[in-house]
Amino acid sequence: MKPFAYLRPTGLPEAVAAHGGRPGSRYLGGGTNLVDLMKLGVEAPDTLVDLTGLPLASVEETSDGGLRIGSGVRNATLASHPLVRTRYPVLAQAVLAGASAQLRNVATTGGNLLQRTRCPYFQDVAKPCNKREPGSGCGARDGSHRDHAVLGHSPQCIATHPSDLAVALAVLDASVELHGPDGTRSVPAAAFHRLPGEHPERDTVVEPGEIVTAVLLPPETAGLPCRYRKARDRASYAFALASVAALLDIADGRVRRVALAFGGLAHRPWRASAAEELLRGADPTETAVRQAVEAELAGAQPLRDNAYKVPLARNLACDVLLALARAARS
Amino acid sequence: MDPEPPARTPALGVPATRREGLLKVTGTARYAAEHALPDRAYAWPVPATVARGQVTAVDTAAALALPGVLAVLTPYDAPRLGPADDPNLRVLQDLAVPHRGWYVALAVAESTEAARAAAAAVRVTYDTDPHDTGLRTDHPDLYTPEIVNGGYPAHRERGDAVAAFAAAEVQVDCAYTVPPLHNHPMEPHAATALWEAGEAGETGDAGDAGAAALTVYDSSQGTGLVRQALAALFRLPEDRVTVVSEHVGGAFGCKGTPRPHVVLAAMAARYTGRPVTLALPRRHLPAVVGHRPPTLHRVRLGARTDGTLTALAHEVTTHTSRIREFVEQAAVPARVMYAAPALLTTHRVVALDVPTPSWMRAPGECPGMYALESAVDELADALGTDPVELRIRNEPDAEPDSGRPFSSRHLVACLREGAALFDWAAHRTPRRDGPLLIGTGVASSTYPVYVAPASARVHARPDGTYLVQTNATDLGTGARTVLGQIAADTLRVPPDRVTVEIGHSALPPGPVAGGSAGTASWGWAVHDACADLVALLERHPRPLPEPGLSVSADTTASAKQRSPYARHAFGAQFAEVQVDTVTGEVRVRRLLGVFAAGRILNPLTARSQFVGGMVMGLGMALTEHSGVDPAFGDFTESDLASYHVPVHADVPDIEVHWLDEHDKHLNPVGGKGIGEIGIVGTAAAIGNAFHHATGRRIRELPLTPDRVLTALE
Repeated sequence: MKPFAYLRPTGLPEAVAAHGGRPGSRYLGGGTNLVDLMKLGVEAPDTLVDLTGLPLASVEETSDGGLRIGSGVRNATLASHPLVRTRYPVLAQAVLAGASAQLRNVATTGGNLLQRTRCPYFQDVAKPCNKREPGSGCGARDGSHRDHAVLGHSPQCIATHPSDLAVALAVLDASVELHGPDGTRSVPAAAFHRLPGEHPERDTVVEPGEIVTAVLLPPETAGLPCRYRKARDRASYAFALASVAALLDIADGRVRRVALAFGGLAHRPWRASAAEELLRGADPTETAVRQAVEAELAGAQPLRDNAYKVPLARNLACDVLLALARAARS
Repeated sequence: MDPEPPARTPALGVPATRREGLLKVTGTARYAAEHALPDRAYAWPVPATVARGQVTAVDTAAALALPGVLAVLTPYDAPRLGPADDPNLRVLQDLAVPHRGWYVALAVAESTEAARAAAAAVRVTYDTDPHDTGLRTDHPDLYTPEIVNGGYPAHRERGDAVAAFAAAEVQVDCAYTVPPLHNHPMEPHAATALWEAGEAGETGDAGDAGAAALTVYDSSQGTGLVRQALAALFRLPEDRVTVVSEHVGGAFGCKGTPRPHVVLAAMAARYTGRPVTLALPRRHLPAVVGHRPPTLHRVRLGARTDGTLTALAHEVTTHTSRIREFVEQAAVPARVMYAAPALLTTHRVVALDVPTPSWMRAPGECPGMYALESAVDELADALGTDPVELRIRNEPDAEPDSGRPFSSRHLVACLREGAALFDWAAHRTPRRDGPLLIGTGVASSTYPVYVAPASARVHARPDGTYLVQTNATDLGTGARTVLGQIAADTLRVPPDRVTVEIGHSALPPGPVAGGSAGTASWGWAVHDACADLVALLERHPRPLPEPGLSVSADTTASAKQRSPYARHAFGAQFAEVQVDTVTGEVRVRRLLGVFAAGRILNPLTARSQFVGGMVMGLGMALTEHSGVDPAFGDFTESDLASYHVPVHADVPDIEVHWLDEHDKHLNPVGGKGIGEIGIVGTAAAIGNAFHHATGRRIRELPLTPDRVLTALE
């Protein structure tokens, strides 16, 4: 195998320096995706910087009443944390809808956000893939693409992002904290992942050498009614065919705050801003919800074999939003 | 120990835990790749990246330059092999590529990691030809073969089924599709090969093997067939080849014949002069170890308004590879099941640029009964008849196609018993629970009784213990344990006095673990040897002198006798499913099977076989799907993250019952075989329950959310 340097720093500056922003450097979290990709030959790093020795594995309340989730917090720890479960239940639900118990015990929060697509063409180095090898073409477009994107795809790439967690973060108005050679910055979770456009090789806005250090959950969405639902080919351990995260706060019969995001439909969690716009201030009747969701999905561009995702996403979104509306009324 | 048999209760019919269970749960049972022979090397194959063509060059320079790499074998320089019944075993012998994933080179190195890296560094160039991997019923190259798998005639007609169907008062004419399916045992195919004593010739040709001896630890269902194949390929007398399959981590048919990995391991060991282990990566399995081929079914049922069948026609279309004819015998169960005076069963096959299909649990019966039992349900629906009663109404007096009497047939009893246990009558109105549609379905199961010649040796030691030897294979089924029970009861001693040795080609020959025939075949020989030993011991003074007494038995004469009876196991399966109208997700709430499979020898391991089959049938119904890539020609779902075998959350409590069936026309053991019947009918029962719940019929498996939502729209 290709030899690589393995470093396990204990401090942030040391980690950033060890990585150095070099193209052959990779940060390592739980390894549940990166190590698989190394075995497949999709990734061949020369330096692995293991971040599990850094003090990034805690969940802390922030002074403003939000939560700071270290990027090294394991998925299982995150999903079972009492403050996450009570204040941001959509996040716990989303995490528990992903992977298997064994994987969640190992996978980290940061790694979950940075996992790569499970597109079979991306994973097979003998087939073309613009994400893996820019300019080589997209094997999925004319190949097997039942699981692929219906929103926001480009001629270069029709892959979806597989994370459940990221979809929940999108509706919680969370932000992702990054630490790099130029210091610390934070980006909204909904803007953390990119659409493929002409550069599908770039999944996120992370710059070379930057470390995801934390996910910040704001006080504004704490305790608001929210829910996650996922449809999949089997009852557990399967990626979303489509999923929905929704947050719906109703006051005096009107929508005060709403957030809706889809998973499994696009290259990033798809924040449904058109639907939100229609629902904000409205009475969330079945008709209103359905119209809003359909307006959002009107822009879908299904491929030969994945048109089912549009009604599936519609059903999921209507179901979750109406359940939240019913709960608010009762 | 007292050599006199103590008072005892019979071992058979009593739940017995697996003899090797402790070894397995403590990790000390060694599987094929775990034989850490001194100085061993590791191999990793290179799959072709075109679906059809010719290799024009293999550049190994970069691979050979990597650290730890010992060799890269290519079709240009690999040792020349002798003949093989299965062309898939003649690896690296020519430049033609018959399907994507066909092996075109083999890297050998000091570690698995180095071998994998070397394989990735091999550069192969091809002349590519257009490929065709699309199975369809109007494919111009379809033909009707003479025979299908199992040696059955491909085409059978009794009466004029087409005319009888056309004249029928009630008609059902439906098409069903079963996709390719993969066995995916937990232990991938693996082998460790070691050559001794002989000198590799200068050319490395297998023909120079001379007095060499080959030992292979292989993950296989039968070491006898592997030994035979390796001896022919490496031009050795069979007694110079030893094959060991002591523990096997599942197989489900795909280790039933020798597979390419064992040839490659032996070839690499020959070439490098070192022991070599080759464990196939999971992602290679779909292309090289065989698959259940896709089957397209047309079933026509004609009936009178009282439900009496007047015509049954089952036509099957399937694929095979360019290099070997393998025809899934999916219309054969229709020759067994129902009394139809006009009966047509036929198969057509087309050779495509696909991997050669192979055995997968209940080949023929499993996909065939999905189609037939779905069609029977559609007929019940058309007639407004209860589907249990419709099946009972068409119970035949003798095997419909052959006219032979059944040795025993308790399908009706299974249906009635199952209906009672399931509370069928109370669940015949579909229900709605919020967004969930809930319904029930039933289907019949069947599997033939096979038996093959076997031999066994039993040795009585002076201390009152016994050693039983037969070349059986235990795939995790409990075969070793059951053979111990058979021996104990025949010898009339407690099972702990009996040691069982299996899984080694030097033992008295036994057939492959397949066709649900293992226990009957090996057990017959064990029974005969033990019975002869008991008779001998009765005439022998005690205590026995060292080293004791041995008796051998060979059932060739008796097992080969053609029975005048049609011999089959039967069963009935009942399912309750819920369909989520929001997501299209289908979940099984209850699954119940009742089987009549002769004598049940070990209730514990038998239940595990039935339940395992039903879980696999559940996967076939709801989750397991393999698509042929329309652009690249290979199977898309190549790992366990994408090929969805059911997980625990998919599987409800499964209830299994069996009837106390005594069939004196079988064998001394009295069992009909239980390894495969559990998967037969499950998918139809679930599909029928889906229809009951929703009023919609999906005639293509699996019932995934995309199809369900489309059907519900």
